[in-house]
Amino acid sequence: MKMVTAIIKPFKLDDVREALSEIGVQGVTVTEVKGFGRQKGHTELYRGAEYVVDFLPKVKMEIALKAELLDQAIEAISNAANTGKIGDGKIFVSDVEQTIRIRTGETGPEAL
Amino acid sequence: MEELTKVTGSVTELAYALDTFYFLISGALVMWMAAGFAMLEAGLVRSKSTTEILTKNITLFAVACIMYMLMGYSIMYPGDAGAGGWMPIFGDILGKADNEAAAVLASDGKTYYSNLSDFFFQVVFVATAMSVVSGAVAERMKLWSFLAFAVVFTGFIYPVEGFWKWGGGFLDAKGFNDFAGSGIVHMAGGAAALAGVLLLGARKGKYGPNGKVNPIPGANLPLATLGTFILWLGWFGFNGGSELKLSDVGEANAVALVFVNTNMAAAGGVIAALITARLMFGKADLTMALNGALAGLVAITAEPLTPAPGVATLIGAAGGVLVVFSIVFMDKIKIDDPVGAISVHGVVGMWGLLAVPLTNSDATFGAQIMGLATIFLWVFITSFIVWFILKMVVGIRVSEEEEYEGVDIGECGMEAYPEFVIK
Repeated sequence: MKMVTAIIKPFKLDDVREALSEIGVQGVTVTEVKGFGRQKGHTELYRGAEYVVDFLPKVKMEIALKAELLDQAIEAISNAANTGKIGDGKIFVSDVEQTIRIRTGETGPEAL
Repeated sequence: MEELTKVTGSVTELAYALDTFYFLISGALVMWMAAGFAMLEAGLVRSKSTTEILTKNITLFAVACIMYMLMGYSIMYPGDAGAGGWMPIFGDILGKADNEAAAVLASDGKTYYSNLSDFFFQVVFVATAMSVVSGAVAERMKLWSFLAFAVVFTGFIYPVEGFWKWGGGFLDAKGFNDFAGSGIVHMAGGAAALAGVLLLGARKGKYGPNGKVNPIPGANLPLATLGTFILWLGWFGFNGGSELKLSDVGEANAVALVFVNTNMAAAGGVIAALITARLMFGKADLTMALNGALAGLVAITAEPLTPAPGVATLIGAAGGVLVVFSIVFMDKIKIDDPVGAISVHGVVGMWGLLAVPLTNSDATFGAQIMGLATIFLWVFITSFIVWFILKMVVGIRVSEEEEYEGVDIGECGMEAYPEFVIK
């Protein structure tokens, strides 16, 4: 089992969710987050005074899936979230030791 | 002949009813400006200061009404006893009988509206002046100290300077002109606010070292915009009602001109402020456009009757340009005014007074400057003393911790948008 953590541009969320549904991913957890990378922040203006917004809004998606789905999922996210411009985000992959479905007590890949 | 007298009498009574109705409706429109101020201020402060600013706005309105009934109105309108004077006296106390029909008919047109409608129209003006103050001291002033100041301002400080002009006092005798209150209402509010802010200080974090200004963006620009539109609407009552009469062709035309000029000045103010902001900052700053609308309205308030509509637009536009420069300047000298009230009402109120002689041949720059200086100094000095006493006795500023957490929790114990917070 793998955990895919994808940081993407917020307006790409719907596209990515659809692409993941198409390959059979059944669940996603989404968080609104802020951060900075090479894109850096930008300046805004209020009543004549400039201020820097260091942290830009992004969406963090966490997707737990069976190992055999991993390559497809990475491809789906990469394609759907790509705009070709700086700030498209990153995908992190990690191992998942165990999964438990709370309602039934099932464990392992069956619980995903 | 008897028939004719009867018809004339009925027409006179009808005109009395119409003028009274016009007064009341105008007053109701001005009352609605309190809603405009509340929304504008709620929009331009941070969300953690929303409940408190709303509490201030509705309570100051109530305080103004009660204080004006108890003493303000009788100080401001002492009747013939105060003619040409400067020392306030208590005139007619509210609650005496209103006009009898026979007396109205016998007055030959001199008595043409209900006394109580006059009180109602005047009471909403004092509330407007007080509303100007609340925005400037937002997010850091103690609620109860603010309300204590409101008691003195609406019961005494404002009625005294109002008496000097509108109550027939010495400024009126000297030929000072202020149609609906660029000076008496708006600049007075601005002067009281300035005195308060000087003693109160800026919000924590607003000004950094080396002259750095850290913007504190308003939480809700849709509310600020709605508030500005409400004020714009209410201003038709503010200026239109100040014609005081509607019931003949000449007066009806005058009222129409006042409405048109009031509207045009606001439009001129928006465009001028927006273009000025775009040229100065490189972006179209909405908050400046909103302040521009109000600046145009304040500018035309001293004389909305003599300019042609095109000229009224220019008077408003000049106010719109002035307000942007004034707001930037206030930040430079570290006077923190979250909504720009001191610039909009104080600085542009002065411009409104000085613009009167441009179109009104009865007005002189000398009389306008004297009135401006008298009202400003009176309100500024008395307000400063009251704020200072409050500061010494009970304090006017919340603790740093409370300011950081937000005055909503500290003063009112509730948040304006509680469901947005993870508990």
